[in-house]
Amino acid sequence: MPHIEESYDVIVVGAGHAGCEASLATARLGLKTILFTISIESIAMMPCNPNIGGTSKGHLVREIDALGGQMGINIDKTFIQSKMLNSSKGPAVHSLRAQADKEAYSLSMRKTLENTENLTVRRGEVTELLIEDGKVHGVKMYSGAVYYAKAVILCTGTYLASRCLYGDVIEHTGPNGLKSANELSDSLRNNGINLNRFKTGTPARIDKRSIDFSKMEEQLGDKEITPFSFTTDRDSLNIDQVSCYLTYTNEKTHEIIRNNLDRSPLFSGTIEGTGPRYCPSIEDKVVKFADKDRHQVFIEPEGLYTNEMYIGGMSSSLPEDVQYEMYRSVPGLENAVIVRNAYAIEYDCISANDLKLSLEFKNIDGLFSAGQFNGSSGYEEAAAQGLIAGINAAHKILGKEPLILDRSEAYIGVLIDDLVTKDNKEPYRMMTSRAEYRLLLRQDNADLRLTEIGHKVGLISDDRYEHLLEKKRMIEEEVKRVKEVYVGAGAFVSEFLTKHDSTPLKTAASIADLIRRPELNYDVLAEIDVNRPILPKEVTEQVEIFIKYEGYIERQQKQVEDFKKIEKRILPTDIDYTTISGLRLEAQQKLNKYKPTSIGQASRLSGVTPADISVLLVASEQVYKMRKEKENDL
Amino acid sequence: MFDTTIAAIATSLGPSGVGKVRISGADSFSIISKIAFNNKREALFVKEMESHTIHHGYIYDDDVVIDEVLILLMKAPRTFTGEDTVEIDCHGGVMVMQKILETVIKNGATLAEPGEFSKRAFLNGKMDLTKAESVIDLINSSNKFAMDNSIKHLTGKLFDKITILRKALLHEIAYIEAALDDPEHYDLTGYEGELRDKLLKIKEDIDVLINTSDNGRILKEGINVAIVGEPNVGKSTLLNAISGYDAAIVTDIAGTTRDVITEHVMFGNISLNIMDTAGIRETTDPIELIGVNRTLKAVKDADLVLFMVDSTTPINDYEDEIYDLVKEKQVIMLLNKVDRSTVVTEDEYVERYNLPIISVSAKEGSGVELLQQKISDMFFNGEVTFNNEVYVTGVRQKQCLIEASNSIANVLHSIENHMPEDFFSIDIMAAYAALGRMIGEEVGDDLVNEIFSKFCMGK
Repeated sequence: MPHIEESYDVIVVGAGHAGCEASLATARLGLKTILFTISIESIAMMPCNPNIGGTSKGHLVREIDALGGQMGINIDKTFIQSKMLNSSKGPAVHSLRAQADKEAYSLSMRKTLENTENLTVRRGEVTELLIEDGKVHGVKMYSGAVYYAKAVILCTGTYLASRCLYGDVIEHTGPNGLKSANELSDSLRNNGINLNRFKTGTPARIDKRSIDFSKMEEQLGDKEITPFSFTTDRDSLNIDQVSCYLTYTNEKTHEIIRNNLDRSPLFSGTIEGTGPRYCPSIEDKVVKFADKDRHQVFIEPEGLYTNEMYIGGMSSSLPEDVQYEMYRSVPGLENAVIVRNAYAIEYDCISANDLKLSLEFKNIDGLFSAGQFNGSSGYEEAAAQGLIAGINAAHKILGKEPLILDRSEAYIGVLIDDLVTKDNKEPYRMMTSRAEYRLLLRQDNADLRLTEIGHKVGLISDDRYEHLLEKKRMIEEEVKRVKEVYVGAGAFVSEFLTKHDSTPLKTAASIADLIRRPELNYDVLAEIDVNRPILPKEVTEQVEIFIKYEGYIERQQKQVEDFKKIEKRILPTDIDYTTISGLRLEAQQKLNKYKPTSIGQASRLSGVTPADISVLLVASEQVYKMRKEKENDL
Repeated sequence: MFDTTIAAIATSLGPSGVGKVRISGADSFSIISKIAFNNKREALFVKEMESHTIHHGYIYDDDVVIDEVLILLMKAPRTFTGEDTVEIDCHGGVMVMQKILETVIKNGATLAEPGEFSKRAFLNGKMDLTKAESVIDLINSSNKFAMDNSIKHLTGKLFDKITILRKALLHEIAYIEAALDDPEHYDLTGYEGELRDKLLKIKEDIDVLINTSDNGRILKEGINVAIVGEPNVGKSTLLNAISGYDAAIVTDIAGTTRDVITEHVMFGNISLNIMDTAGIRETTDPIELIGVNRTLKAVKDADLVLFMVDSTTPINDYEDEIYDLVKEKQVIMLLNKVDRSTVVTEDEYVERYNLPIISVSAKEGSGVELLQQKISDMFFNGEVTFNNEVYVTGVRQKQCLIEASNSIANVLHSIENHMPEDFFSIDIMAAYAALGRMIGEEVGDDLVNEIFSKFCMGK
């Protein structure tokens, strides 16, 4: 029987948050791309929480935006509430989070995809990878159709051999009852790819009309909204925001859960997958933190188009009847009507240890992967990987060096390095504490850090790059100015300082010195900084942060210099470490398994000691010198 | 290529007349400039001096002269490592060398890792390719030795203490990070004061460990000398003779000294902490028994033991027992009461215990000067010594403690300046990592694990 046969440059499998960014990147870089999805309606679907961003995830979105990705633009168009978290803390941990209108988010992304040149969106299930001599050539579809490509990017999310569980019910579907992809796993295994089984879960959605909000605390959005995208016009953000609500579980809820633990597939052993510790089900919380007499429950709208409310904090895999009882024990939810019940979902994913830092498989040329398939969790983590996998698939085809962001450049760098280098036993979530140079990797300076890279890649326009350079210039000039402008100890300044509970000056001080005082800031000093130029907020904000935290920032910059030195010491990936007798056995095994590309990466492998690194430095130098000598002999 | 400047003692730490501390790296010259002076207390401007020259000078730790030395200056690249190198030729006593090394480290060098000079020589192209294997072997063997020793050194109380401190630090970091990660769940309001109090306590504990660590104490605080012997051989009399006044109660009744009396005396130019101890004998008197136990502890703490015997009584078995207690230590035997009619000679004891021996009369004060000379010689010749690697490990551990203490000081400073909480955890983590290096533990996923095990995270 004849089948369709078509050729593309790039095939992207899956149209979730990773697949969208990946396909947009390759198409925008001029490569003919086809994006496969099991359901067109589920493009950029948010099957769990109805928000984008949050602590450290907000950083990822801004980085995606600075590199020319779509997520930030898309959420700015479709958010219904926005909040800067941690705004009372240091600038490094300020994190933007927006509630999304899920339907609008999905439709808006779909529209973008459908109107991107070089990009074809196609419904269909990929069942087989076509791999020959360690190189991927294309995919085969459930229909028998064959598509050829120079690169394939797998973004299968939670759909591979997935099953949803609650109580003793098992549904062999992906999230929201969508069809799961049951054949691709075998093809992956046949090509030597090891699969893990991970698990995650989602809470129930409840009909808004059945909720008594008067028993809950209302949670409003910020008055002044910060956009995710550096390109978004702030005026477009003036929307009527919707509220979220906070309520709490109680002893009764916990008792209901405890009494029914034996009916949870998690505790009965039906669930085989490993779940995330940062996103525990309510039954997990009740068991592990038995001393807590209540847990927070956030009631969040799923969108303007629907009455469904997301019950944050109460994901579960208990049976439906227990779910009813448990949700209805929470103040405000006494009469709750469930629209979708909570469930746990299990799926196949890989160990990202099999990937290079470019997100290409170490052993299969041209095959890339991104998102939950790589063992991560979260929309933002997925999108970030999708963007990088897309860029690197394009670079590979275009014969360019892969784009690898290191841990000192971006949260994306931390994310990918952690996934590839560490042994992840649960779905990986980004956290600010994972970024060792977080004072430098702020959400406010993502553009300053990454726009240039995005421009070089070709995803950032010249205009946007010019704007960035101008911003940089203004920041530098203003930093210089506030350090050079001095105010005296006169009555005017003294009065000003006293008014702000600040110690009056004995001798002249620079504006910068005053900015550093905890009780003062750049804006209030306008009163005594009389010849101050008028500058955009995005500039003055940077000036203030840089001056206020200069000492700390410099310290981290120094650490980054040290870090870069060992990061730059490249290791050949074709060394057999068992031949280096000076290494301890454990180190030999780890190094052979991971084949790190730099001494820096090797030093982050657990089980590789500083002494092993010393040996490695000497041994790799020896290898290089010997190879060089050989070359010279030829 | 390497940005750190490293330092280590290049000669054996065993008894020898001269010793060598070697510094290699870009900052070698600026470091030596900060600590080396001529006899007029003028800095040696080594940067202006020619390469491969030798200079006479004195090494100072702040205002204290440590030693008179010769300084060899060698500019890169014609050095062993290929880097700027300074060698300090000093007296061979371990205390002198360790004090110089510590001063060098205090002024910006880091303690060399095992085999690091050779590693640098190789990586800087100063060694033939064929030497790679031997460099690797060197790194391995010396590292293994260091590890073995550090574990030996760290079992027990110190290890436990560090582990407890780390646990406390990790908990605070996890609390802050949990609150930063889940700000709608964990609130840091009012936490500053609580954290400050906890950190002050932890810093105090770390500082106590720094101060009690062996290195440098000997110069600053003196050599611990324990006088031990059977009851009534004249130990307290000797203490009084040395200290010049009656610090201990002296009677003819055996067992008068029941507690350890410590006297701090300058003996020539060496500072000594002399511990007069209760006489060791079999006893059933409970109070005297406590005294004996304290004596045993004094012996343990001592850098040098003065083992006193009575020349007017015959050699007896108790002396053998005392010998067994002190034989692991540096010991000088004192044959006391030689002003009276003696029944045993120095030679008999030398034959029996093979220890250096001096005849004294504590009562008359004879032989005390000889004893002073002997202690001084031992000090400068490095006979009062420790095991090489345990000592090096000690320096390393002390550096870790200092780093941890400094990092906590940074946090306290940040709290003082009302910095946001996320700045605190960065420095607390640095302290946690430094203490980890001390006991050979990596940070790894400790924080993430602590957060998830102690704090209920996530929606």
